[in-house]
Amino acid sequence: MALNLDDIKRIAHLARIEVSDSEAQETLNKLSGILGLIEQMQAVDTTGITPMSHSQDVTQRLREDVVTQTNQRELFQSIAPATQDGLYLVPKVIE
Amino acid sequence: MINSSLKQLGQQLASKQVSSVELTQAYLQRMAQLNPTINAYVTIDEDKTLAQARAADARIATGDFGPLTGIPLAQKDIFCAKGWRTTCSSKMLETFISPYDAHVISQFDAAGAVNLGKTNMDEFAMGSSNETSYFGGVKNPWDFDRVPGGSSGGSAAAVAARLCAAATGTDTGGSIRQPASLCGFTGLKPTYGLVSRYGMIAFASSLDQAGPMAKSAEDCALMLNVMAGFDERDSTSVNREKEDYTRGLAAMTGEQPLKGLRIGLPKEYFAEGLSADVAKVIETAIAEYKKLGAEIVEVSLPNNNLSIPVYYVLAPAEASSNLSRYDGVRYGHRAAEYNDLMEMYMKSRAEGFGAEVKRRILIGTYVLSAGYYDAYYLKAQQIRRLIAQDFVEAFKHCDVIMGPAAPSTAFKAGEKTSDPVAMYLEDLYTIAVNLAGLPGMSIPAGFAQNSEGKALPVGLQIIGNYFDEARMLEIGHAYQQVTDWHTQMPEGIA
Repeated sequence: MALNLDDIKRIAHLARIEVSDSEAQETLNKLSGILGLIEQMQAVDTTGITPMSHSQDVTQRLREDVVTQTNQRELFQSIAPATQDGLYLVPKVIE
Repeated sequence: MINSSLKQLGQQLASKQVSSVELTQAYLQRMAQLNPTINAYVTIDEDKTLAQARAADARIATGDFGPLTGIPLAQKDIFCAKGWRTTCSSKMLETFISPYDAHVISQFDAAGAVNLGKTNMDEFAMGSSNETSYFGGVKNPWDFDRVPGGSSGGSAAAVAARLCAAATGTDTGGSIRQPASLCGFTGLKPTYGLVSRYGMIAFASSLDQAGPMAKSAEDCALMLNVMAGFDERDSTSVNREKEDYTRGLAAMTGEQPLKGLRIGLPKEYFAEGLSADVAKVIETAIAEYKKLGAEIVEVSLPNNNLSIPVYYVLAPAEASSNLSRYDGVRYGHRAAEYNDLMEMYMKSRAEGFGAEVKRRILIGTYVLSAGYYDAYYLKAQQIRRLIAQDFVEAFKHCDVIMGPAAPSTAFKAGEKTSDPVAMYLEDLYTIAVNLAGLPGMSIPAGFAQNSEGKALPVGLQIIGNYFDEARMLEIGHAYQQVTDWHTQMPEGIA
């Protein structure tokens, strides 16, 4: 499945990464090379094979619903780009 | 001192021939001298380090200490360490001071080990040469024109140049074993789930596994004793009884300590893609194992060549999800200028991530996007099962598998940076092990001469069955009792 420049723009938008017009061609070339490598998979007949998502055959552990962590908001917000009154600041999203 | 084993260092500390502060200062001096050239460490904090050394000496004075108390170690900068800058070698986390400790870090703290600093790596562990680091490449101590391998390149160079007593690494597709091969030391990727991933910055969560990087198998066993263990904060941490990985090492002496051991050689590991000089070293090492009593059987891993395409679907897919957390809101890089929230996300991520990380996020986003999931992601998961089944079949005929850890010796800096696919082929013999979740290690097996006549290290890979780390370490140790490759040091670092 060959990619084009529109695909690159669409994927970059989904990934929330700005790709300039000048970067898009180089990105297209590199991603096409990688997809060429990935295409080798299509030659394999995988009919009836159960997908393996993980090397372990285990289920999610459960734990008691008890408090194990205390609030460390000040510590965590000390490394934030912008905070005010204990909240994270971002550009206005609702007028 | 710099070539001493962890056991020797521990004995010197216990008998007070040397203090942890003295030992730590000796390493800090070596780092001050060599790190500006080698670039193995990205963060050094002498005050924090020496405070730990003093605390270790106090423990030793009271008699409350273990085998690693007071031993200076290097920590890959993928492990969050409280109060330490933790960057994953990315601009995204350039100023991130971790508010908490990774499980691995707290285990070493509890053991009384000393943290010498955080080591350079490929950005977010994505790379096989350490050249994707935001903080620049790392020099291979055996030849400064060449790369140390990756992604744990800083830890690798630190071990090889004796800038630490031992180090930690992580291995998602070969990031402990390939640098161990290229820099000539012992590195072990444990069974998936043996070492907690808590506080280890995520790349591909179903493959990521931390492990020791050290001079010898014995040193790795002592490190693994501290690192391994159940941790409820990692949902895939395996709850099993603690083992002593050194327990069988003492028996590895005498004429044929490995009598009865069946070593499987996968024919696919000795086919096209393996350089002749590496093949020769591996064959000599296998001959040594025969002398130690092992028997050789040929096995087959018919789907091994598919491991790279499968990995470059699954790992980027998982990475695209894991790295979505870097949005410039709660921590990490935020762009200076933006008009709205979307632009803030897009610019922060465009500025904060390097080219290889962006490529992998984009590939991952593409293979998971609507309409392509079945053709790529599901297909890759199906072939992953075939690859894992190859090992199940092979282990019916042998106890361990051996082969090269990397297809060639260390390559020159810049040689593969323009072609991602050529770089990906570096992991031809390591990736399948991660996909199957098996343990694998690389031990120094000799040297190959490069075109300029310089000797470059070659690693022998040993792949074990699930949770067979103790046996693998015995097998590595037996070889290291009759060879001295693991004690050799690069010229010009002593």
